Parts: sequence; structure tokens; C-alpha cells
Amino acid sequence: MRFMTDRKRATGLGSAKSGTQHHWHMMVSSVALVGLVPLFVFTFGRGLGMGYEEALAYYGRPFPAIIGILTLLVGFYHFKGGVQTLIEDYVHGLAGKALIIGMTCLSYAAAAIGVFAIVRIAL
Amino acid sequence: MADVNRGNRPLSPHLQIYRPQWTSMTSIFVRITGNALLISALLVVWWLAALARGPEAYGIANGVLTSWFGDLVMFLSVGGIWYHLLGGVRHLIWDSGHMLDVERSEMFGQGMVIVAVLLTVFTAVVL
Repeated sequence: MRFMTDRKRATGLGSAKSGTQHHWHMMVSSVALVGLVPLFVFTFGRGLGMGYEEALAYYGRPFPAIIGILTLLVGFYHFKGGVQTLIEDYVHGLAGKALIIGMTCLSYAAAAIGVFAIVRIAL
Repeated sequence: MADVNRGNRPLSPHLQIYRPQWTSMTSIFVRITGNALLISALLVVWWLAALARGPEAYGIANGVLTSWFGDLVMFLSVGGIWYHLLGGVRHLIWDSGHMLDVERSEMFGQGMVIVAVLLTVFTAVVL
């Protein structure tokens, strides 16, 4: 008598081997971005084009600053996952791995620069 | 067993053979907009970093982003982000097991394009 369930025997036998967690992370970050993106579009859109002093004061306020930081963090995390899927579909082997590592570094670096800038403006 | 009769089996038709459909085209554009938004995001980071750096750097970044070309890029970015957002909501609804039949999927795709255009025009008018 076998005690393994059908599901347990099937797990990992698909061509992708894994990916449920990746999909779940994309879902969670997308739900967060459904709320954040409209807020960011309209706060950033207001700031864009302001004079230097005015823009500095505007992004020093808590609401635009916090929305900006959250959108950059969650947005670049979501981008990192999305671009990974894109690369896995079209670029294989070492080039694909190198590209995924490169885009991951770029995503975290851009998020860090953006968050540092907002913190510096606001404090 | 796996490679018995390989090469003699019918292959599933790919992009070159399929007629473009609402479902496939709207899906492809979700991918294109999502990845193209990297450019928009990097421009936003540049603007913020310039603002943190000082008036001179800010003048350049803000000047580029509000020039006619910057306006065009920002307009396309806004269109891309609304479209991608609606595409993501569609995926969340599909993932929950709803609206999966062909007819409603196609209707959903058409509605998505219309709403994205309306939101983009609305955003451009308001901002």
C-alpha cells in the first residue's frame, strides 16, 4: 500500500519544477500595486514640473514621500519577478542566468537610489 | 518512451501561424508594457535623485522630463501603467477562477483597452 497522495507524486514533475512561490509573490505585489500605482501617478504627476524649492517642499511632505518609497520598493520587486519570467521565456543557458542576475541587481539598485533620494529630500 | 515518434507528431501552431486574437494580443501587450515601464521607472528615479542632489541637477532632469519628448514618454508611460494595471487585475480575476470562457475573456480584453485609453486621457487632462 502506498501512502503518498496523488498530489505529492505529481509535485515537481512539471517542466518548470518550481514556481508557485514566484507566482504568489507576483500576485501579492500586484495587489499592493493596484492601490499604490494610482496614488503614485497622481502624487508624482503633481510634483513633476514644479520649481526646485516647491518640489523639494512637496516631496518632503509625508504622504507623497511614503507613497513614493512604497511604490519604488514594491514596484521594482514586481519588475524583478516579471522581467525574470520574460528572460526565462526567451533567453536560455548562461546568457539567461547572467541577464536575470543583472536585472535583479538593477532593480534593487534603482529602488535603493530612489528611496535614498526621497529620504534625503524629506529629512 | 518519451522520444518515440518524435518529429512525426503534429506541432502546436505558434505565433507565426495563429491569427491575432483579442486574448493573445492583450496578453502580449501586458508583457510589453510591464517590461517597458522599466524606462519610466528609471526616469522617475533620476528625477528624484536630481531633486535630492540640488537645483542644478534638478533643472536638467525636470527640464528633460517636461520637454515635448519627455511629455511624450510620460504620456506613453501613463498609458502603459494603466494598461498593465488592468491586465494584472484581469489575471487576478482569472486566477480566482472567474471569466475564463473565451467570450468573456475577449470582452474583458476589449473593455481593458477602452478603460486604459479613458484613464490615460483623464490622467493627461488632470495633470
